[in-house]
Amino acid sequence: MLIRLLAALLFLFPLSAHAEQVVAALSQTRVSVNANFDGSEILVFGAVKRDAPQPQDSPLDVIITVAGPEKVETIRRKDRRFGIWINVEAQIIGHTPTFYTVATTRPLDDILPPLTDSLWKITAEKRILPALRGDPAREALVRLRIEDDLYRTRENEVSLSQDTLFNTAIALPANITEGNYVTRIFLLRNGEVIDSYGTSINVQKVGIERLLYNLAYNQALIYGIMALAIAAISGWAASEIFRLIRR
Amino acid sequence: MQLFLPIAEVSVNAFTLLGLGGLVGVLSGMFGVGGGFLITPLLFFVGIPPAVAVATSANQIVASSVSGVLAHFKRKTVDLKMGLVLLAGGLVGSAIGVQIFNLLKAMGQVDLLVTLCYVVFLGVIGFLMLIESLRALKRAKNRPGGRPERKKHLWVHTLPFKMKFRASGLYISAIPPIGVGLMVGMLGAVMGVGGGFIMVPAMIYILGMPTKVVIGTSLFQIIFTAGFTTLLHAYTNHTVDVLLAFLLLVGGVIGAQIGTQIGLRLKAEQLRIALALLVLLVCLKLGLDLLIPPGELYSLER
Repeated sequence: MLIRLLAALLFLFPLSAHAEQVVAALSQTRVSVNANFDGSEILVFGAVKRDAPQPQDSPLDVIITVAGPEKVETIRRKDRRFGIWINVEAQIIGHTPTFYTVATTRPLDDILPPLTDSLWKITAEKRILPALRGDPAREALVRLRIEDDLYRTRENEVSLSQDTLFNTAIALPANITEGNYVTRIFLLRNGEVIDSYGTSINVQKVGIERLLYNLAYNQALIYGIMALAIAAISGWAASEIFRLIRR
Repeated sequence: MQLFLPIAEVSVNAFTLLGLGGLVGVLSGMFGVGGGFLITPLLFFVGIPPAVAVATSANQIVASSVSGVLAHFKRKTVDLKMGLVLLAGGLVGSAIGVQIFNLLKAMGQVDLLVTLCYVVFLGVIGFLMLIESLRALKRAKNRPGGRPERKKHLWVHTLPFKMKFRASGLYISAIPPIGVGLMVGMLGAVMGVGGGFIMVPAMIYILGMPTKVVIGTSLFQIIFTAGFTTLLHAYTNHTVDVLLAFLLLVGGVIGAQIGTQIGLRLKAEQLRIALALLVLLVCLKLGLDLLIPPGELYSLER
């Protein structure tokens, strides 16, 4: 969806004749969440393809963003009632990515003017519900996500060698949400995006994780009975084992 | 060793969970309580979403109660008839409790409800227990040997629908046991506890049951109410995490055996004072969280 949108944008804003193009790849496009999943690191790497010698007037920069699956959130506000702090207000807040990270070659202020940022929705500030900016609930959501290290800004984390090869490592968190992680790579010169590339990483539970999750949601009754059976059997086994040991 | 929990959807250290289960197991072995009232807040603390913590604790309580009740069956300290009457109330109670839980979850007040329940019940019970055991300690000092307490004529003996409970040596109305079961079942569903810490005093002080059958009977009926609660939570909320429950109970059963050994070496009054202080400490911590202005006013639903 987003990729198609980007393609449309590319079409609408013809870039400077595509003198420089980005070619990129990921170390993995599938992440399997199994029982011992503890976060994952994905290497994003690539090169700049040129038809002509590169312009000398301005430096080249790379920005890489990864956005997790989107979710509608309910955000609640606490206030003091009858002397205690309780939730008093709930607000449903539209599709926001559960994870968002921005990695750059240089500080964002130096390479990305606000206008370009708004156009391409690169930083979290511009990407996350821009229409609701200033709304305390939206600000709180962004703040909470930053505190939980789910929204990250990593300036100077993309290494670019000889203005051609670039790479960075994107760390996916341990408490990950399943779904598609949309990855975008931007090439910038003079504060303008000269090329971009989009791809995605598929994060999925596998093995016993998948099995238990599906069972719990699709066959809830069987799952519940299974949970009880496990509990009853282990309770019985424990008492038997300790009875034997004590003899 | 990090472990990704399939339902809670968080990655936690497996040894932390085993240790947590073990710690609560030691305490439950020492004091003869289920430990649910400790495990649920501790799970909140390690980052398990509250709804999953409450439902999974109920599952873990089934395991520890089964393990405990088998020992009591061998010693014939379970009043089956009383257990079944309590259970009748308990099942209705836990069905109501899960409904209340879901309603408040939709309203965003589930944390408040759970915390308030904890503060009120832990506060009252901890305080009563402390006073009672301090008094008992004083009595034991003043009059070595003590005097056996005469069975009092309680108000519950005047109600209709009388039933004979042979193992407890009681001939009382069925209404109070059903009522006690109902209350405890409801609290269990809301708080994710077996309710032993409410059930045991209620059986002694309201129903007038002899102490020797109290724990076995309470455990017997808790198996079924906690089991029913687990099933309801699993069916309506999908919040029971079997992997989490399993780790907790492995730690728990080992801890319980160690706890029992420690418990045998301490005096009953000292044990009760220690338990009372522990209960009050948990209550105080939860209570302060309600009173102190939070650093962050906003929270995301999980």
